[in-house]
Amino acid sequence: MSEPLLSIEGVSVDLPTPRGPLRAVDKVDLALAPGRTLGVVGESGCGKTMLSRAILQLLPKRAKLGGRILFQGQDMASLSAEALRRLRGPELAVVFQDPMTSLNPVLTIGTQIVETLQAHLGMDTSAAAKRGAELLAAVGIPAPEQRLRQYPHQLSGGMRQRVAIAIALSCEPKLLIADEPTTALDVTIQAQILDLLAREQKRRHMAMILITHDLGVVAGRTDEVAVMYAGRIVERAPTAELFARMRMPYTQALLAALPRLDSPPHTALPAIGGRPPDPTRPLPGCSFAPRCRYAESDCRDVKPALADPDKAGAFYACWHPLP
Amino acid sequence: MVALEADVESAVAAPAARRRRVGPLFIAAIAWIALIASAAIFAGVLPLPSPTEIDMLGKRAPPSAEHWLGNDALGRDVLSRLIFGARFSLTVGLLAPVIGIVVGGFLGMMAGYFRGRLETFIVGGMDVLLAFPPLVLALAVTAYLGQSLANLTFVLGVLGIPAFTRVARAVTLSLSEREFVTAARALGATHSRILLRELLPNVMLPLLAFFLLGVAVTIVVEGALSFLGLGVPPPAPSWGSMIGEGRESLDLAPQLAFLPAGFMFATVLAFNIVGDTLRALTDPRAGKL
Amino acid sequence: MARFLGRRLIYLLPVLVAVTLLTFLIASLLPGDLAVTILGDQATPEKVAALRAQMGLDLPIWERYLHWLWGVMQGDFGRSFRTGETVLAAVGDRLPVSLELMVIAEGLGLLIAIPLAILCAVKSGSALDRFVTGLAFGKLSLPPYLVAILLIYLFAVQLNLLPATGWVPFNEDPLTNIRSFVLPGLTLAFAEWPVLMRVLRSDMIATLQEDYIAMAKAKGLRPARILFVHALKPSSLTLVTVTGINIGRLIGGTLIIETIFALPGIGRLLVGAIYARDFIILQGVVLFVAVGFVIVNFIVDLLYAVLDPRIRHGRA
Repeated sequence: MSEPLLSIEGVSVDLPTPRGPLRAVDKVDLALAPGRTLGVVGESGCGKTMLSRAILQLLPKRAKLGGRILFQGQDMASLSAEALRRLRGPELAVVFQDPMTSLNPVLTIGTQIVETLQAHLGMDTSAAAKRGAELLAAVGIPAPEQRLRQYPHQLSGGMRQRVAIAIALSCEPKLLIADEPTTALDVTIQAQILDLLAREQKRRHMAMILITHDLGVVAGRTDEVAVMYAGRIVERAPTAELFARMRMPYTQALLAALPRLDSPPHTALPAIGGRPPDPTRPLPGCSFAPRCRYAESDCRDVKPALADPDKAGAFYACWHPLP
Repeated sequence: MVALEADVESAVAAPAARRRRVGPLFIAAIAWIALIASAAIFAGVLPLPSPTEIDMLGKRAPPSAEHWLGNDALGRDVLSRLIFGARFSLTVGLLAPVIGIVVGGFLGMMAGYFRGRLETFIVGGMDVLLAFPPLVLALAVTAYLGQSLANLTFVLGVLGIPAFTRVARAVTLSLSEREFVTAARALGATHSRILLRELLPNVMLPLLAFFLLGVAVTIVVEGALSFLGLGVPPPAPSWGSMIGEGRESLDLAPQLAFLPAGFMFATVLAFNIVGDTLRALTDPRAGKL
Repeated sequence: MARFLGRRLIYLLPVLVAVTLLTFLIASLLPGDLAVTILGDQATPEKVAALRAQMGLDLPIWERYLHWLWGVMQGDFGRSFRTGETVLAAVGDRLPVSLELMVIAEGLGLLIAIPLAILCAVKSGSALDRFVTGLAFGKLSLPPYLVAILLIYLFAVQLNLLPATGWVPFNEDPLTNIRSFVLPGLTLAFAEWPVLMRVLRSDMIATLQEDYIAMAKAKGLRPARILFVHALKPSSLTLVTVTGINIGRLIGGTLIIETIFALPGIGRLLVGAIYARDFIILQGVVLFVAVGFVIVNFIVDLLYAVLDPRIRHGRA
């Protein structure tokens, strides 16, 4: 692979809590080539959001970051605040989960698009307004000129997320991080938004990290999938390979928990029993062991490392992978 | 006089922002209050020159062996006047809020417990009283009734009633929902029993904390009135009147204004610190009671 | 909305009546004879009786109250027996001065409070933040008249920069007029800034945690823009309302300051009336101030209601 766009090496995030340090992200390794899509899947609290914040260098003040994050070959931690600021927008952009809270409620849509264009591309107001309207149209918002004058609360949820996407794409970033972009939206809108993201990504040859709790979202829309559990990557493989042959029992359980159109009515969803472990009390062995059907004694004693013993390009962290 | 209102707002709305540790500041505050209070109580037996004896030859004299802090514009001993002034300011400062806490606490508990017409009537009455800017009312009443320790205490006491009523009512309202009240009622307790046995002990604590804040405010207001010459009748000393008189000598002997100002500031600050710390510790909405 | 207005109005009227009644009673039930006080050393039993009859002091109290109230509603607040000017004229002359002081004081207070609040919100929890918050707390123990003494000593006596007294009307000499308001305005501003700062600071701290601020950072906007455009605007609502309330509350609060700095405002009018035992003026001014106070509070209550749906609207 040529020089990866984004390289995450041994990254950990520790948060101080009254009960002791909380390891939200535990030695994660990931790489992303330009133009490729990576899906990061996991339950709530598995650390995927903290990981995205770490990449963006937007961690809470008290958080401690370990490891290295290289973007376009540069160690992000070594960048000055001003250099980081210049990166954000033209190189690196993000779409947050809830557009009602990620858009400023007292500023117009227009202001929020135009200011990004002015900050990074040095456009004057009228040129920026025109470009803003074009961007809104490109993401499928009707009557874009009127929307520029409106406030976020005057638009529907799906519209707001389109606006957020337009803002993110406005400076032609090389990498877009979409943190649960459809979770706060109606199911009917979800597919539209995801399709929009995929379309724009292909058009601009942009790399994308798609973070979600829903395995169904990443199927067919990503090149590679990484599954996170309790702060660690527990399986990582090219998408097709992952869905064809899941090795980690957790991944299989995630897939099984998805409702399917073709199952008979009133089929009980096989939910994964139990709860994710307390991050302030890490277990000695595999974090998933307490809830795993196939757990054996060595699973509980020793933590499995992420490895690819079959040399198939598919990495997993499990002593007893699925056959 | 925004201070009084601001204190009420913050007392009822946001206690969390302040310091709550019983730190060195708290100890220092208590120490100062003890010191100044003892000096005031024992002023009569302390070896001090008379606070009212005029000595025109010694006008604005600097500190000397005979007059430790010097003399004021009429040759009177400053230290002695400060201590006797403390007596006056502390007396009014402590007695007036007593009226407030007793009457206000009673009315507030009635309003918060019985609700309905009674509550509307009491709250409305307090609103009428609050409609008068406090200083204006205090001035007007002392002008009509005449200047004396008793009148001053009475007016300032009455002015403090609405604030105490508000606190008592707010606390009673939040406590009335709690289980121990419902339990008492289920056991057939009468109103007066619930009010006296269950509610009063719990209302007392925040009220006492507020009382200390009330002392601070009262000292300030009494100081303001005396400053204008409308508080204690001369020649009796009060910190406020000393500051007012000292104002005339700012160019010649600034300490005549700044010494009593410093004493007043230290005392008011001390009561504010103690009251605020106590309030943070006894807030019933913290759920600790 | 109209119903809310109506309810508040219905509540307002009894309060106004009660205020007027209370003012009247305080004035009427005082010990001593008003007629004797007015006549002073010219008082003879015949003259006193004549004046009492003329002023209607022998009528039953409720009749006197209604007479007085009727007069008040027609704009006749009475006439000073010293100077002969009507209460209304006296107040009308002095009111603009007090208003100018109130506005300048609040404005200076904001000038001090806003930068401090922003600084403390951004560096919340730091030593600087705790220091400023401590200062604000300490300031509550320093009443305006003490601050006035300090400022006068510093600026007028020692540095001789600003005048301690000496007021001229604005149209006569704007510069001196403004200069004469600096020290008194600053004095009151020092009393105002702690509350204003605390309010803005806590709102800004809350706003800075919001997602849209993280978003603004993620967009690579300049820190100054994020602070002043994205964070300050949504945080200013409480500040605006408190500023409004405080300007209203300053009615009657300018009393001491006007006396110290010899500004011919309503406060000084009141104090002067007290020194001179001019009870007619006293009663009229107290009534005027109290009614103004009630009306200002009423308007502020209305403002809360008007602004409220927008809060709910904008901050889902």
